Parts: sequence; structure tokens; C-alpha cells
Amino acid sequence: MRLKGRAWKFGADVDTDRIIPARYLNTSDPVELAKHCMEDEDAGFAGKAAHGDMIVADKNFGCGSSREHAPIAIKAVGVSCVIAKSFARIFYRNSFNMGLPILESAEAVDAIDNADVVEVDMDSGEIYNVTKDARFKAKPIPPFMQELVNAGGLIESIKKKGLVR
Amino acid sequence: MSGQTITEKILAKHAGLKAVSPGELINAKIDIALGNDITAPIAIREFRKAGAKKVFNRDKVVLVPDHFTPNKDIKSAEQCKILREFAAEHKLTHFYDGGEVGVEHALLPEKGVVVPGDLVIGADSHTCTYGALGAFSTGVGSTDLAAVMITGELWFKVPETMKFVFSGKLGKWVSGKDLILHVIGEIGVDGALYRAMEFCGTAIEKLSIESRMALCNMAIEAGAKSGIIAPDAITRAYVEGRAERPFKCYASDKDAVYCDARDYDCSKIEPKVAFPHLPENTKNISEVGNIPIDQVVIGSCTNGRLEDLAIAAKLLKGKKTAKHTRLIIIPATPLIYAQAMKKGWFDIFLKAGAIISPPTCGPCLGGHMGILAAGERALATTNRNFVGRMGDPKSEVYLANPAVAAATAIKGRIAHPDEVA
Ligand code: SF4
Repeated sequence: MRLKGRAWKFGADVDTDRIIPARYLNTSDPVELAKHCMEDEDAGFAGKAAHGDMIVADKNFGCGSSREHAPIAIKAVGVSCVIAKSFARIFYRNSFNMGLPILESAEAVDAIDNADVVEVDMDSGEIYNVTKDARFKAKPIPPFMQELVNAGGLIESIKKKGLVR
Repeated sequence: MSGQTITEKILAKHAGLKAVSPGELINAKIDIALGNDITAPIAIREFRKAGAKKVFNRDKVVLVPDHFTPNKDIKSAEQCKILREFAAEHKLTHFYDGGEVGVEHALLPEKGVVVPGDLVIGADSHTCTYGALGAFSTGVGSTDLAAVMITGELWFKVPETMKFVFSGKLGKWVSGKDLILHVIGEIGVDGALYRAMEFCGTAIEKLSIESRMALCNMAIEAGAKSGIIAPDAITRAYVEGRAERPFKCYASDKDAVYCDARDYDCSKIEPKVAFPHLPENTKNISEVGNIPIDQVVIGSCTNGRLEDLAIAAKLLKGKKTAKHTRLIIIPATPLIYAQAMKKGWFDIFLKAGAIISPPTCGPCLGGHMGILAAGERALATTNRNFVGRMGDPKSEVYLANPAVAAATAIKGRIAHPDEVA
């Protein structure tokens, strides 16, 4: 899978309340959630981000609550993937479970500026900063997680295993 | 072979293995799977989408609509309705509605639904609270919850364990909340990322079960997968009489392997205040300075238990909250509510000018029942002070223990409990 888009750069410890504020959690409708994606971090982000754009963030992205509304909102707003120095544990798990591509690379994050055009090859883990003509390798995705992605997420994988009664 | 930590033992047992080691991927059987009115609707949607007909075990799937209840608006009423209908359809044993609702992580231990030795997952990050009983419990997402509702199992990566050893006597106003704020202040909000935090030492052995719950509750605020305390006599005294099932007490082996170990002398730890906008921005109460506060909240899955209300009642007795400061007290469960009322604390709270809320998450996540306007400042006994956590993105939240909260409500600025005691 190849992805391409403009980078939206964010700082460290972006918590799930900033990705999707709790005041909007009285619904789980992806379209509704997308309207408020990153609102408290960058008001109007939902209107500005183009389909395929990427979120590029410092360490511990997605810390805080377990709300799957966070990766859902990011996906529904059209963001193609998130590149961060590191991810909070539940956000990492949720992203794989529901199919939001995420990559870890401290070097890439440091070398990508806001609005740079970035290409990502999810299969090889290569991150290419088109604007600056620089290439980086993301931390490899563990084989087990890769299996989940290939199966189409956690629910599809248990379906394939015949575990749904 | 080296020894195992309590976390490794519980995971191994539930995976049907003799032993496990950090980094290993396992599939484990789940004792309790929890969802709330925010996370369960998505799990139920996934459950139905997968074509599942039956939950794996109606005793083990627990639904607690506690966040936006009593329903704050039409949308949240619809979310709760999804839970209610699902609970009826699958005849769930543990569904708490109306006057039975309490904040989930206070309610489940109180009802004996989670017990020592359990493997618990919850689609709520503060599921780590049950580590206080010696259970392995961790927060997951809604899709994980759906998978467990269908299969009764879930994949885990066995975490490394960090050991936190507390010795010495706790100061007068110091509680489990201060110990964990102290640790987070030191290691940061990702200081225990992907890891289990094990709390032990002579000070932990004397800590009340409620303080232990506050301590384990905020393990997630250090990025941890779980927090845990080995069960002892205090745990047994709490669990016996309420446990719904037989339980098993595990302990770490003497030669268990830890990726990190830290020692703390509790006599040197002061009450802590976490400044906006991260729980790691901690200061000692003596270094806080003059910070006026518009609203004080005493409640939540961190500090809304009887012990917490007792401290508040003690300090508020015969006193009034400052004119410009609103005090909201939220007993975490119906039982705590009834006990506090019976003890006469409601009189104290009401005379002090406090608002007493029914059990709910309410303002803790900026849901309802006490939302902040732009520029307003709250001090809360809750666990997160992220941007906009309690209302407008331009509002602020400070975190502290219930004694500091009560003193702050009286003084109208962040205050040391000694100032009002
Ligand atoms: S009280 Fe606050 S932290 Fe605890 S479960 Fe409710 S919203 Fe989450």
C-alpha cells in the first residue's frame, strides 16, 4: 500500500482529548466525529486537511483515553496515516485493530516540516519526504500486527479463524 | 529459569502456559470484559457487523453507562439505549442502569465483579484500577472489546515490569494519589509506556484499598499497560464477602526479572498538584503559590470513594466554600452515596455550599455536571488535566488529592490542608 499527502505537524503527547474532545463523544458516527478531529489543537483542521494528508507528531501520540473515536475521527477526516516518534499503547492497538496505518520513526519526524509532501510505502516501511528528497525507514511492524493488517483488522481476523458464533 | 512477576503469572495462567516472558505474544482467556456508554456502542456495532449471535459468556460481559448519565442529551440517551437493549438481548448479568449506576472502576470492585487473580479488559483506559486487587487489568479499544464479547479471548504482548518500592511513613495529608503523581512527575507521561507497573514495599503494605485503587488507577497516566499490587490481608478483608467468584492471590517470585526498579521514601513525599496540561507537571503543595480556583471537583474513579469523601467531610465540617468557588462532590457509586449520607456528611457538604451530584463521570471528562468556561480554572481529584478536559479548551485543570481539594474549596485558591485543619 502506497500513501501520499501533505504533512500536518504536531508536538509531543498529543492526547486523545485533543484528537477528539470528549464533548463530542455522545455519538460514534464517523462523519460527525471527523468534523471535530484535532479541533482543540488546530481549530479548523477538519476543513483544511485534504484526503491523503498525514499527521506527523512527536512522542507518545494518542495518550490518554481508550476511545477508538480517536483513530476513527482521524481516518474519517481523510488522513491516510500517522507518523510519530512513538505511540501510546491503546492508540497503537486501536489503530491496528480498526485499520488506520501508523508508523514509528523519530528520524523521519525530525526531518519532516509542516506542509512537506510525504510518500509512505506501508509494505516496506519506507517514508519518503518528497519536498526535501530524503528517505527514512520506519520501525518494522511486528509480524503479528502485520497479520492483523493483512486480515483487514481484528474482527476480520477472528472471522477468518471461524471464531464467530 | 528465572522467577516470574505477578503480572507474568496471571497472564501465563490465562494463556494456559507454565510461564511467559516479556515480549511474548499470547492469546489469553478473559474473566471480565467491560464497556461503557462511550465505548460499548462501537463494540456492539462491530459485534453485530461480524454476524455474532451470542456473547461468549453473559456473566463476563459487563456494561456500565456511567459517562454521560443521567443522559445529558438526546444523543447520549441513544448511546445508553444501545447498551440497554444489548444487555436485555443477551441477558447480561452485570448491567447497571438508573439508580444502580456508579463510576465503573469504583463499582466493579465494590460489587465483587472483579477479584484477585483475574484477567480483566475494559474499553476504558482506567481499567488498570483493578490492579489494586491483584488482578491484571488493562484498557483496550472498542474493537478489542467486540472481539472478546465474541470469543472470550484476546491477544496480548507480555509487558516488561517496572518495580516501584515505597517505604517510610506517609505524611498526614499524603495518599495513594500523591504517590502516583510523584512517580508520574518523575518518569513522565510515557515513562512506563507498554510496561506493567508493580507497586510494593512497606508503605504499600499499609495503604488502604482505596488509596491502592487511586494509585493503580493512574498507571495509564504514565503510559503503562497496567498497575498492580500483590494481594495481602488488606485485599482479602476487602474482597471477602463481596467476591462473586472464588479468587486466586498471586505474588512475584523473589528472583523475578524487572526492567527497572525505583525506591521511594514516603516520608519525603508531600501532597502533589499536577499543573495544566499534563499529569507529569507536578509540584509540591508548598511550591504552588497563589492560584485562585473557580471550581473544585471531588469525585471520579480516582478519588470518589468513601475514604476520599471522609477526608473532605472532616475538613469541610463547619466551614464554607469561598464565595467565588463552586464545589462539586460526586460519590462514585450508589453505595458510597448512601454511606456518605448516612454518616451525615451530606449535611456538612450542603452547609459548606457544595453541590452533591449523583454518581457519574460527569465533569471528569468534560461531559456534563460542571463544565468550565474559557479562562476558568478547576482543581479536581480526577486523573487527567489535558487541554479542554473539563470544558473549554481555554480552561485549566489542576489535579490533587481530596484533602487539598477540600482546603482549596474553602480558601478559593490552591491550599494546603493544614491551612484549614
Ligand atoms: S471518572 Fe473520569 S477517568 Fe474515570 S472512568 Fe469516568 S471519565 Fe474516565
